[in-house]
Amino acid sequence: MKFRLATVFAAGLMAAGLAQAATELVIATVNNGHMIEMQKLSKNFEAANPDIKLKWVTLEEGVLRQRVTTDIATKGGQFDIMTIGMYEAPIWGKKGWLQELKTDAAYDANDLLPAIRSALTVGGKLYAAPFYGESSMLMYRKDLADKAGVKVPENPTWPQIADLAKKIHNPPNTYGICLRGKPGWGDNMAFLSTLVNTYGGQWFDMGWKPQLESKPWKDAITFYVDLLKNYGPPGSSANSFNEILALTNSGKCGMWIDATIAASFVSDPKQSKVADQMAFAQAPTAVTPKGANWLWSWNLAIPAGSQKVDAAQKFVTWATSKEYIQLVAKTNGWANVPTGTRKSTYASPEFQKAARFAAAELKAIESANPTDSTLPKSPYVGVQFAAIPEFQAIGIAVGQQMSAALAGKTTVDAALKASQVAAEREMKKAGYYK
Amino acid sequence: MKRLIPRLLLAPAVATLFLWMIVPLVMTLYFSVIRYNLLQPDVTGFAGLENFEYFVTDPSFATSVVNTLLLLGSVIAITVLLGVAVALLINEPFAGRGLVRVLLISPFFVMPTVNALMWKNMMMNPIYGVLAQVWAFFGAPPVDWLTDFPLLSVIIMVSWQWLPFATLIFMTALQSMDREQLEAARMDGASYGQQLRYLYIPHLGRSVAVVVMIELIFLLSIFAEIFTTTGGGPGDASTNVAFLIFKQALLNFDAGVASAGALFAVVLANIAAIFLIRMVGKNLDK
Repeated sequence: MKFRLATVFAAGLMAAGLAQAATELVIATVNNGHMIEMQKLSKNFEAANPDIKLKWVTLEEGVLRQRVTTDIATKGGQFDIMTIGMYEAPIWGKKGWLQELKTDAAYDANDLLPAIRSALTVGGKLYAAPFYGESSMLMYRKDLADKAGVKVPENPTWPQIADLAKKIHNPPNTYGICLRGKPGWGDNMAFLSTLVNTYGGQWFDMGWKPQLESKPWKDAITFYVDLLKNYGPPGSSANSFNEILALTNSGKCGMWIDATIAASFVSDPKQSKVADQMAFAQAPTAVTPKGANWLWSWNLAIPAGSQKVDAAQKFVTWATSKEYIQLVAKTNGWANVPTGTRKSTYASPEFQKAARFAAAELKAIESANPTDSTLPKSPYVGVQFAAIPEFQAIGIAVGQQMSAALAGKTTVDAALKASQVAAEREMKKAGYYK
Repeated sequence: MKRLIPRLLLAPAVATLFLWMIVPLVMTLYFSVIRYNLLQPDVTGFAGLENFEYFVTDPSFATSVVNTLLLLGSVIAITVLLGVAVALLINEPFAGRGLVRVLLISPFFVMPTVNALMWKNMMMNPIYGVLAQVWAFFGAPPVDWLTDFPLLSVIIMVSWQWLPFATLIFMTALQSMDREQLEAARMDGASYGQQLRYLYIPHLGRSVAVVVMIELIFLLSIFAEIFTTTGGGPGDASTNVAFLIFKQALLNFDAGVASAGALFAVVLANIAAIFLIRMVGKNLDK
């Protein structure tokens, strides 16, 4: 008995010792569906790589951004792999805070969608690998459009959309169009930046001076405020993605322009009452098609100076590979694979069958170009944001003013003037110009 | 020698508390006078009063101070007045008093963000919220709370959460009243209004002071409710000093300006405290 006990004890110690020898990777990630799925499937990775153990830290987007930025700026070393957005990747890549990702032929980096890949590359080096990408597009109720006798083209213009909104506006059953209004650089400003782009405007000119009182901004914001005031739901100035998704799924919105992922929710009969009536088109344009739809991706990156670069690279390339997408398709079906990253996903006939919106989404992502999204030339990278550290604070300040204009608390001109003042203050303080 | 030993024994505890207090304060003071931005590690050096100047010249600064004081004053007034009323109501025994007391205390234990989101999406939404349904029942158009009355909406959310706290304190204070004095007053023919004025209110003086002071400390830093519902807007209608510090400095990862803002909040807190305590303290001496 004592001998058996001793052997078991010794075996236990040896196993513990072996486990100590394994590399532990701490992964900071965002709490969206695709990442939660990845956590479940990561035991496949651990089985294939017994010397690597994964530890997951799942956080909400705002908290994740704060923690990850603080950690990498102070070289805290808490996280071995970080989930970062398309906003952080170029900024940190340029500062030298991220490890360059070296990929092999099997990974096929050329399969990554070019728009997304270019946004994550600085000086020819890839600094983050995308696991989810999106653009924005128009989702509308085909039954209401047919009843109004309007055929929505694949590339509509804003005047056409305003006209359709007027025809199908029928409160309180249906509101003509629902758009984001809650203040935030990733909330209402994500949509408004694309609206300003397509009206021929930009955030900063080549001398980094904010352009918020220029004609394109005035036209775009006046159009937005009038459109929502006349044909939008009440409470728009506090509505973001989740609120409008609830409204659309219950049939209250005739049209919605937002992230392409929303298309999968509103056309899912389990979630949406109007799943079969939803149709899709490209985001509307006005003066120019440039920058009319946004580009965003969630990516995995490795901090520079990490001691576990090899193990981390192994995981990052596994999680963003073609094989991983096949794995998700086998386990959960093609309707649930992470989209917006690889050409091969869209080429797959099973995916096209499972996702009605696939063709529109691919077209939207391919038409977005973060290095050339404004009519006049711009010094910054990014479609619905400017990839500079000051943008978050400027974005929320401007977002608050736009929300106030929408709520009728201030005129469009006063809101734009206050936004211009706020933006200039930030840029002066950051030293872009005196 | 007799006094030395107790002092020596107390010393470790006192020293720890002192360090706990002084180290963050000194570090905040230090950060507020240097240039320290996490995203610009190459920009360093003594900044003097630059950070303070930047914080104070924000166009929303005056509004945020006014909003903070309005928020503070309204919530304190509502919780104290309603708290006294509710405590007096449930003072006398009645059937089910225990259960009613538990139900009245429970809102305090809801997390601030959950509280805010419940009010935003369940109660105040102008399309499918409970209040909208009530308004529609009476034939009136629903009120868009968060758009038209943002600060009032935040005040309602915070008051709902803090009323149980005030009620609890006043309830326990009322339990400690001298029953014989009350009996004597009733037998002498004192009306309820006279009992209130001469017996109940003076006795509650101290607990009102306690409630005011504790709420003052916590309500100055209200952030979660504003962040999850209105985002400080529309414009800066519901921005308070805490949210302004977040917008100005924390979003930018600028520790220098954030520290300067924090010191302003400390000054504001002290001014508010002096006024309120003087007001309540005067009543205590009577």
